[in-house]
Amino acid sequence: MRAALRIAQQAAVPLVAILLGFLVAGVAVAITGADPSQAYLGLFQGAFTNKHAFTESLIASVPYVFLGLAVATGFRAGLFNIGADGQFYLGALGGVFVGFSIHGLPGIVHIPLAILAGVACGAVYGGLPGFLKARFGAHEVITTIMLNYIAYSLSDYLINRGPLGDPHSSAPKTPFIDPSAQLPIIFADSRLHLGLLLALLAVPLMWFLIERTTIGFRIRAVGLSPEAARSSGISVARTMVLVMAISGGLAGLAGADEVLGVSHFMPPSFSIGYGFDAIAVALLARSNPWGILPAAFLFGAMRNGAGFMQLQTQVSADMISIVQATVIMFVAAPVIVRWLLRLREVPAESLQITQPEGVGAAPKT
Amino acid sequence: MEWGQVHALLGENGAGKSTLMNVVYGLIRADSGEMQFDGAQVQVHSPQDAIGLGIGMVHQHFMLIPPLTVADNVILGQETARAAGVIDGRASRRTVNELSRRYGLQVDPDARVRDLSVGVQQRVEILKALYRGARLLILDEPTSVLTPQETEGLFQIVRGLTAEGSAVIFITHKLGEVMAIADRITVMRRGKVVASTTPAESSQADLARLMVGRPVLLRVEKGPAQPGRPLLQVDGLSVLDDRRQVAVDGLSLEVRAGEILGLAGVEGNGQVELVEAIAGLRPARSGRVMLCDHEVTAASPRRRLRAGLGHIPADRHRMGVILELPISDNLVLGDFDRPPFARGIVRLLAQVRDHAARLIKSFDVRAAGPQQLAGALSGGNQQKVVVARELSNGPRVLMAAQPTRGVDVGSIEFIHRQIVEQRDAGLAVLLVSSELDEVLSLADRVAVIYRGRIAAVLQAGEIDRDRIGLLMAGGQADQVPAASEGAL
Repeated sequence: MRAALRIAQQAAVPLVAILLGFLVAGVAVAITGADPSQAYLGLFQGAFTNKHAFTESLIASVPYVFLGLAVATGFRAGLFNIGADGQFYLGALGGVFVGFSIHGLPGIVHIPLAILAGVACGAVYGGLPGFLKARFGAHEVITTIMLNYIAYSLSDYLINRGPLGDPHSSAPKTPFIDPSAQLPIIFADSRLHLGLLLALLAVPLMWFLIERTTIGFRIRAVGLSPEAARSSGISVARTMVLVMAISGGLAGLAGADEVLGVSHFMPPSFSIGYGFDAIAVALLARSNPWGILPAAFLFGAMRNGAGFMQLQTQVSADMISIVQATVIMFVAAPVIVRWLLRLREVPAESLQITQPEGVGAAPKT
Repeated sequence: MEWGQVHALLGENGAGKSTLMNVVYGLIRADSGEMQFDGAQVQVHSPQDAIGLGIGMVHQHFMLIPPLTVADNVILGQETARAAGVIDGRASRRTVNELSRRYGLQVDPDARVRDLSVGVQQRVEILKALYRGARLLILDEPTSVLTPQETEGLFQIVRGLTAEGSAVIFITHKLGEVMAIADRITVMRRGKVVASTTPAESSQADLARLMVGRPVLLRVEKGPAQPGRPLLQVDGLSVLDDRRQVAVDGLSLEVRAGEILGLAGVEGNGQVELVEAIAGLRPARSGRVMLCDHEVTAASPRRRLRAGLGHIPADRHRMGVILELPISDNLVLGDFDRPPFARGIVRLLAQVRDHAARLIKSFDVRAAGPQQLAGALSGGNQQKVVVARELSNGPRVLMAAQPTRGVDVGSIEFIHRQIVEQRDAGLAVLLVSSELDEVLSLADRVAVIYRGRIAAVLQAGEIDRDRIGLLMAGGQADQVPAASEGAL
């Protein structure tokens, strides 16, 4: 009972933020002259009630789970991984390469091998900015943004002109992966693949890693107070590299999962901003691994339903971006939501603790 | 309280002094009760209301903008502007000059705040309050960041203010200061006023008893030291500060098993850099650090921990505890990844909690339980958590930097007793403190640090307050007579 109350309290702000998001986007739709209720009806039908809609929403949620976990893990160490999209590309490249270039393996070997390749590529690509930060102090926000562009260009080159292109195809794309590397379908008469189970497994695993292991403790300690962590003998530099590698590995897993489970090949422009939406997913989940599940499902369902909504009502599918943006705004400014909910807390005690150290606090002498 | 008086508000950390003053200043709203100011009942809902009434407050942590000049900081928010919103720089400089002359607060209005010492920054804060028309000035723990000289300077300023007819509320837990500066004293304990008195009517021992509700040993009882072999040796150590200036300059010292070496000195003479270099948090430029016969000059903080170093850092909030983590986690920050607190990479939380419950009991941490967040504890109890952690690792050398800064009297007593007990158990203790009284009452030998070097090391028989004072101020050891008349 008390646990339920705690969950309800933690979820209150995100839930209200979502409602406000739909409200604001509805107003925007109304301003364009369309009927918001029709638009939302279309969105709902496209996401849930049409044929295959529900399983397709689940499929669209899977990468958001991995990527949301990736960004949230970075947040816990105080690192802002904006490079999840690039790491997603690298993971897809690694997965697709192992998928189409190796033949004759049984699925039980081929699939894990391809997934591992994706994770490894993402981990190296995420670990790199971690290393740059730990060694040279390069801020991860800058380096991960830049590395995104390098990832896009690299995959463009590899697929268009490089060794990963399909010589038998006129369109730029990689060859199809071998059937032995394809993730098995887990739900008859749908495209729902094994990735869903992997995603459902990744959430408790990441929760355990963060909350119950020494690695997670290091990550949290560094995120909360790098100086106290360092002074107690925790290597902040090593922890940063590690956490960025874990984050990149999860993003790479998302990429590999997408090629092995859904597309079975890789076109040059593969992601449509998954890695950036993932920042919103992590924020909405407040970096809590369990919160990633509902947040990822919301984003997956919206992405899946948006197409049908546009078809049905001529309201642009980009409308969901307004919802997402507004949700993030309200999640990032919980004071507004608390005020709306009249959730008056902030007792005097906590006011004391969070009192800022003062811009002009005594300098280190 | 009356105009023209200094009213000291005395109490342990967590007694409610700051909370009360935050209510007066409008930062926190009172749940019940009323407030009268200048004979009339007033409602203060925000700092703006308080400023309007003529109440000013200087917080423990300064609220200044370092890159701006003194004059800019003072006028910020209430600028005198010429036409079209251009700030009148000359007028603001003039106002600042007038104010500083009138109250004897010497500050260069054109200096940038980031270049000023802490003591001068505090003057800027006081100027800010006066500029806003404060007639009642609240100073929250104003001396916690000051050197003895700066404290004396502050006292003169406070006396100047009251001579002009202003009133000053002086929040503190330092008894000596109360006796020196206050006209009236109000003692608080656990949110209640327990006494209202004057310095003439009371003694330090009385006040201490009132604060903690029981007699406190102000003098630490300890037997003579029985020093063994050296466990911490620093040899010709040089260290740079954050601005890449030499802060520790070829310094050597030695701490033996079973003794407390007190390092006295005015803050900013290299103590911070020395401590960080010994702890492995700051690289040494040259020289050596030996810990229990192992050279650790280039070793990581973790290796030094394992080699037997316990470190109570000076800045508790930044380096000592993680406020957002529970007490139990804070107590294993150094060995959360070793048995019995972890098996492989899996943390054994039951062990961590049991360990915390034991230490909370034996170190008398006043907490709801092991899962309470460290940030919810009072300063004294946070410090007990740090002390408990560092001593539970079984160190052979304890380096305690400002171990009782911002800590209430009851906790000070407890921590001092712990340090002496550890000495008697054979630990080598290096005590770094800017509180001369603390050094004098605990140390078996006293080393005085001045400009990154040890000016002199005084043996048990030679320890003399005035002599140390002069050495701290840069006097030569041989020029300082053993019993000088000169005051600090």
